[in-house]
Amino acid sequence: MYCLLKCAPLILAVAVCHGWLFGDFVEKQKELDEISLWPLPQKFQSSAVAFKLSPASFQIVHAKQSSAGPSCSILVNAFRRYFEYMFGDLKKHEKSRNKVYDSDLVELQVWITSADPQCDGYPSLQSDESYELSVDKPSAVLKAANVWGALRGLETFSQLVYKDDYGANNINKTEISDFPRFAHRGILLDSSRHFLPLKVILANLEAMAMNKFNVFHWHIVDDPSFPYMSRTFPDLSQKGAYHPFTHVYTPSDVKMVIEFARMRGIRVIPEFDTPGHTQSWGNGIKDLLTPCYSGSSPSGTFGPVNPILNSSYDFMTQFFKEISTVFPDAYIHLGGDEVDFSCWKSNPDIQKFMAQQGFGTDYSKLESFYIQRLLDIVTATKKGYMVWQEVFDNGVKLKDDTVVEVWIGNKMEEELQNVTGAGFTTILSAPWYLDYISYGQDWQRYYKVEPLNFPGTDAQKKLVIGGEACLWGEYVDATNLTPRLWPRASAVAERLWSDKSVTDVGNAYNRLAQHRCRMVRRGIPAEPLFVGHCRQEYMGL
Amino acid sequence: MYCLLKCAPLILAVAVCHGWLFGDFVEKQKELDEISLWPLPQKFQSSAVAFKLSPASFQIVHAKQSSAGPSCSILVNAFRRYFEYMFGDLKKHEKSRNKVYDSDLVELQVWITSADPQCDGYPSLQSDESYELSVDKPSAVLKAANVWGALRGLETFSQLVYKDDYGANNINKTEISDFPRFAHRGILLDSSRHFLPLKVILANLEAMAMNKFNVFHWHIVDDPSFPYMSRTFPDLSQKGAYHPFTHVYTPSDVKMVIEFARMRGIRVIPEFDTPGHTQSWGNGIKDLLTPCYSGSSPSGTFGPVNPILNSSYDFMTQFFKEISTVFPDAYIHLGGDEVDFSCWKSNPDIQKFMAQQGFGTDYSKLESFYIQRLLDIVTATKKGYMVWQEVFDNGVKLKADTQIHVWKERPQYQDEMAKVTAAGFNALLSTPWYLNRISYGQDWVNVYKADPQNFTGTDAQKKLVIGGEACLWGEYVDATNLTPRLWPRASAVAERLWSDKSVTDVGNAYNRLAQHRCRMVRRGIPAEPLFVGHCRQEYMGL
Repeated sequence: MYCLLKCAPLILAVAVCHGWLFGDFVEKQKELDEISLWPLPQKFQSSAVAFKLSPASFQIVHAKQSSAGPSCSILVNAFRRYFEYMFGDLKKHEKSRNKVYDSDLVELQVWITSADPQCDGYPSLQSDESYELSVDKPSAVLKAANVWGALRGLETFSQLVYKDDYGANNINKTEISDFPRFAHRGILLDSSRHFLPLKVILANLEAMAMNKFNVFHWHIVDDPSFPYMSRTFPDLSQKGAYHPFTHVYTPSDVKMVIEFARMRGIRVIPEFDTPGHTQSWGNGIKDLLTPCYSGSSPSGTFGPVNPILNSSYDFMTQFFKEISTVFPDAYIHLGGDEVDFSCWKSNPDIQKFMAQQGFGTDYSKLESFYIQRLLDIVTATKKGYMVWQEVFDNGVKLKDDTVVEVWIGNKMEEELQNVTGAGFTTILSAPWYLDYISYGQDWQRYYKVEPLNFPGTDAQKKLVIGGEACLWGEYVDATNLTPRLWPRASAVAERLWSDKSVTDVGNAYNRLAQHRCRMVRRGIPAEPLFVGHCRQEYMGL
Repeated sequence: MYCLLKCAPLILAVAVCHGWLFGDFVEKQKELDEISLWPLPQKFQSSAVAFKLSPASFQIVHAKQSSAGPSCSILVNAFRRYFEYMFGDLKKHEKSRNKVYDSDLVELQVWITSADPQCDGYPSLQSDESYELSVDKPSAVLKAANVWGALRGLETFSQLVYKDDYGANNINKTEISDFPRFAHRGILLDSSRHFLPLKVILANLEAMAMNKFNVFHWHIVDDPSFPYMSRTFPDLSQKGAYHPFTHVYTPSDVKMVIEFARMRGIRVIPEFDTPGHTQSWGNGIKDLLTPCYSGSSPSGTFGPVNPILNSSYDFMTQFFKEISTVFPDAYIHLGGDEVDFSCWKSNPDIQKFMAQQGFGTDYSKLESFYIQRLLDIVTATKKGYMVWQEVFDNGVKLKADTQIHVWKERPQYQDEMAKVTAAGFNALLSTPWYLNRISYGQDWVNVYKADPQNFTGTDAQKKLVIGGEACLWGEYVDATNLTPRLWPRASAVAERLWSDKSVTDVGNAYNRLAQHRCRMVRRGIPAEPLFVGHCRQEYMGL
């Protein structure tokens, strides 16, 4: 595709034409401006009137009426970030212009309307991310109830700025009223199958903000390694990480991730998956895992968490007490997926316990027994929990506010129907396993998914609170994670933010091609959609 | 997989154990040392005796008997490069050690044996890349006929060095005699569908050298853009590149690529594909492309190069005269694939010409007519040529030293390889190695299993297989994702083309390749993981 913006400004009005992939010219002003926006705002109006922005004089400021001021670090950091995104690549000499012209937009006023701007808070499932943006001479105004909406509006504002043929920054007269379709818009990264250096996680949080994602689902530990450094149980990472110093997340690293995410309105939900997917836990905690038997003697291998020992629950109580203080979000993801029963079946002590409890040979009852006790433990920490769908499928008794994550592709609609039919909130990730790659433009498949496309009442549909794009770690690490995730995850971002009616793949292609070039310009190695170029190609390797 | 090398050195001998993916211990010394080598050398012997290398005192030097000396820039640059690969990540304080111990390897002597070391030459299809490496106290000796073999041997030497638990550099007593199975081991990169910044091309040349690849097949122009800046026809890139200044390769850029490649024993073979795949050429050269017709009037679109105008051949004569001087390699790739006949069919002048020539409605005859004249033009520049298989399939008369590049999936490549070699032509295989095609999982395994000589034919036919190329077409890759997509998947091709035919054990290859990809990462190449695991030193970039 041809991303070159060919603009010929004439006094105040601009006559603008784009050369696109198939050589046709976009003439409607609306389409022209939309072209740069991702995800598409809910309500959008613009005119052909363009204003110039001078990096030397343009400012992002707190509106006089705003409840937030210079001490609001979330906003102050965001002002700097977006100023750099918009003007960072300007040549020095262009900064010498000081005189303000009539055609200039001199400032963006950010107006926080509610009494508590939440400058020092954390984003939550209930956060109001809506905003209103009005771009007109001499000032643009961004109005939001609190900082979370302001962050989304700043991203939109930065996407409206474009360069004309002379390299000058322009923005068109615009009115936007915007809000997310779904409240939970997440990315799952897996730091166990491959260790992800902090730098990689932070870069992806930046990219998430560019796409208005608001949840980082941190699948932090799993079978292969345990990089989370626990204060209470240091042996977990000491003995369970790939390397005890170089391949771990220290308490300070975790804090930094949480703060970096907070500054971008992103929640950090850690996942500590049990009772399966816990091989690496066993290295540091004696007797935590079930010893598997070969015939009548232990085989030396281990299975899921041992559900028949009180020591297992004592451990979980202490461990999740720590987790609940380290991670400020109201939710913890408890996993609960893919429990392999073969080891439990082989163990004579487990068999005895099954008989005592009257479980017969139904090992899913034993799994439920474990999960039930775990949920009680976590509930005591005042946290809500998310679980993978198996926990619901197995009939475990769940708190009302439990979020059930649907991940199994087969019979996905039926599962959504069942989960919401039972009154639980749910998020969808089954169609968005981005670790599965194939040749060609697979982003279209992710884009075409409609999360509410299942049989159910309106009340049921309302229980779908969002979705997540999952990038499991078998085949990705610092070398290839970022270009594999972006812009494929951007397709999910628009599906979860924009109106249900935004489904035109051709229009999306044009906008997404521009958007990926913008990410590249901002330093994110987002891979190409197809043949074409960016005005500024990726400068890294 | 667990890449951690756990080594406990005891006086001179080392008792070494590796913890691997499935927890079993590798005990045979041979396997232990092989583990770090990629591609596997032809003959290899090592013992448990280990020597220490001190970065402060170890040197790579010209052997006294060597025909090359300090003025041989290829070697001098290579000495520095491999010294940095081996010791570059050492802490400062470790460099303070000056005393030479009995257990030390103090130097690697590089001994070029032939009268002409080819220090100022270019690698060629005939280059002798064989070498012999002997690692023993106090000096290791690398013996090669010329610099090309020495470069391969230096890579192998650097792969033999490992760190023990204390961070000290060790190398085991080793004898290696090595040579490539195939003479042409290439990587195709496509700088037309996406422009590839120079940095990306150079990084991939580095990675190629780490894998003993020796041909960079530069698919430099195609339909979408023409980034090659021609001195003779500047309008080609001025009007045909994505951008006339930022998305072009200047003459200086091209020179730099060729020199950077030469220093690593890599040939640069440019491809200027005609008569199809030439949309971007038409922007800069009037009347070069065939005007397509819609009914009785021109539709405004254009097809392949116009084969019925003398001006087309005049252009090609001048253009390839330039190309033949800019690129020193003896071969040029002339393309010739996927010619779409629909535009030719629509054009009344072409129809008339077809009738005059007695071609009937067989447009492949017109294609052959064009190619035939093009080959004559290129032959006059004293260059040899490579072509995609269609040119052979269409029965164009070819010079005896033409190389036929097999890429199609149908008919299956084994049949095509048999046909091409039966006709007496050199054949190159790419079909199983289109690395732009991706799928979930460890697709390197199938890449690894393909063998270019796996077809029915005589020994003489097999000998006509000169190698193969891994192709990374550019539809879906650019600077953001090209390097991790190519490596280490292309490494699987590297071993198939270098190592002995019998080297086919996928499990053994997995262990070595996992180590090799971590080595590439350590050297700054973002080579993606094979599967779950880690590198001692993870990639530091983004």
